[in-house]
Amino acid sequence: MELSITAYIIVAVVLFAIGTIGVLISRNIIMLFMSVELMLNAANLVLIAFSLKLNIMDGHAFVFLILTVAAAEAAVGLGMVINLYRNRETINIDRFNLLKW
Amino acid sequence: MIDFTSAQIDFSLIAPEISLLVAAFIILLGSSFKKPAQAAPIIALLGIAVSISFISNQWHHQVSGFYGMVTCDNFGVTFKLLFSIIAMLGVLIAQKYLQVKNINKPEYYALLLISTMGMMVMANTTDLVVIFLGLEIMSVPLYVLAGFARRSLESNEAGIKYFIMGAFASAFLLMGIAFIFGASETTDLRRIVADFSFNLSQSRTLLLSGIGFILIGFAFKVGAAPFHSWVPDVYQGAPTPVTAFFSVGPKAAGFAALLRIFSYGFDEVELLTNLFWGLAVLTMIVGNVLALKQTNIKRILAYSSIAHAGYIFVALTVGGSNAISSAIFYLIAYTLFNVGGFAIVTIMETRSNAKPELKELNGMAKAHPYLAAVLALFVFALSGFPPTVGFIGKFYIFSEAVKHGFIWLTVIGVLNSFASVYYYFKIIKAAYFENTDAEFKRFDLNLSMIVLFIICAVGTLGIGLFPQEIINISKSAIFAFL
Repeated sequence: MELSITAYIIVAVVLFAIGTIGVLISRNIIMLFMSVELMLNAANLVLIAFSLKLNIMDGHAFVFLILTVAAAEAAVGLGMVINLYRNRETINIDRFNLLKW
Repeated sequence: MIDFTSAQIDFSLIAPEISLLVAAFIILLGSSFKKPAQAAPIIALLGIAVSISFISNQWHHQVSGFYGMVTCDNFGVTFKLLFSIIAMLGVLIAQKYLQVKNINKPEYYALLLISTMGMMVMANTTDLVVIFLGLEIMSVPLYVLAGFARRSLESNEAGIKYFIMGAFASAFLLMGIAFIFGASETTDLRRIVADFSFNLSQSRTLLLSGIGFILIGFAFKVGAAPFHSWVPDVYQGAPTPVTAFFSVGPKAAGFAALLRIFSYGFDEVELLTNLFWGLAVLTMIVGNVLALKQTNIKRILAYSSIAHAGYIFVALTVGGSNAISSAIFYLIAYTLFNVGGFAIVTIMETRSNAKPELKELNGMAKAHPYLAAVLALFVFALSGFPPTVGFIGKFYIFSEAVKHGFIWLTVIGVLNSFASVYYYFKIIKAAYFENTDAEFKRFDLNLSMIVLFIICAVGTLGIGLFPQEIINISKSAIFAFL
């Protein structure tokens, strides 16, 4: 059965919304990272779906670029979390109140 | 007319970026030698100089290459020149501070150069995906720089906050790009613009929500209200030279992309004018009102940078070629006096471990009359008094707004500008009029800092008195835009 483009978009928007809510309400930095990754992957899904529908390869190529960017971001972010954990021994963002958030 | 999909692989188009990258890699390789940190700033400055010489060759060359992914035009060249100057100031401001705080690592300079390269990539293209890539190349080193003082808890916290907010904003931006790709079958702005009205009638929801997402993403990046909450925290926590760098660099890059995308591309959407109107007013008011109660100079400057973003949004609201050039002029001006202001904070912090509170300035006028005069000059420029460049910049923007009939916007902007005088003058009051006999621990100036002060002060005053040359540059920056 052929799925219409709308189905893909709806799934992607739902994923994006879950990611956004996750960023806004979760208190653990690792959870925050995963939520942001979910948002990026929602955008990837939209790109691939449109690429498929319009029958052009651009979207597929961009997804590879975006995956690379996401990997670089995650590497830097996790490095910073490790450093933070060494100094503070917590990764709960409620405890980061040195600067008025 | 530029060929949209020119397959020409012309490395002179990306020579400035390459030279910065080469300098960064040399610094990274050199860090395995003994005492690497002494050579690093010199290599960085050399790389920037080479980059500037390549950029100046690109002036008035309208070329597109790499299958339309890279486009050289005067707009991009002007911004690239601005980014090189920002990087140069970022190198000069940091040396003493890094030594005193015991974080004198060559990686600072390498990250600074890579980040600058990302900004150049952003300004040098008309393709949305390349803009996104440039934004990420710019941001990822900045996350590290914000947390560069590894032992300092504040710096760690600033780094993490900046990272989370930056990644969140990137996701919004990317979603917007994906929607626009779906609606117009391409990510090249020139082709999007060419078929814009047709696509708008075909898939209106998709296109408009894409534009909205992109706007949210960039509003986060440039720190516009209501997406500004990270700005003061990150600015306060990060090492001061880094704060100076990212109060001007990413802001200029973000506005370069915003101007490219919105002022040229989507100005047919009437809704956008109203949106920008709201953003401009909200950003100006939030920045200025929240700054009133601060006593930490770093936080004052952070809120003031939000307010300045608001003034540039006024130019974006107005639209049209003159307004774009006024935004470019304001960004150039803002770079000079804002880095100057942060440089004062930097030398305050290299002197002692004390926080940069206002009362730390007491007695400065007596101990350092020249430096106090320079501080006063930057504060006058920030609050927009003649004959400094801050006045010319604001005047240029607001006169464009009046010409296009945005009377209320202008009134609100000017009132905000007056309100800002209150908190800016708290700085002058602390330096000149309060406790003038207070014991003042003298500043310790080194050569690079003196050079930086001379560049910023001469620029602030000189362009303020003779603005014509820079106005001409910012006017020809939009010559054959896109």
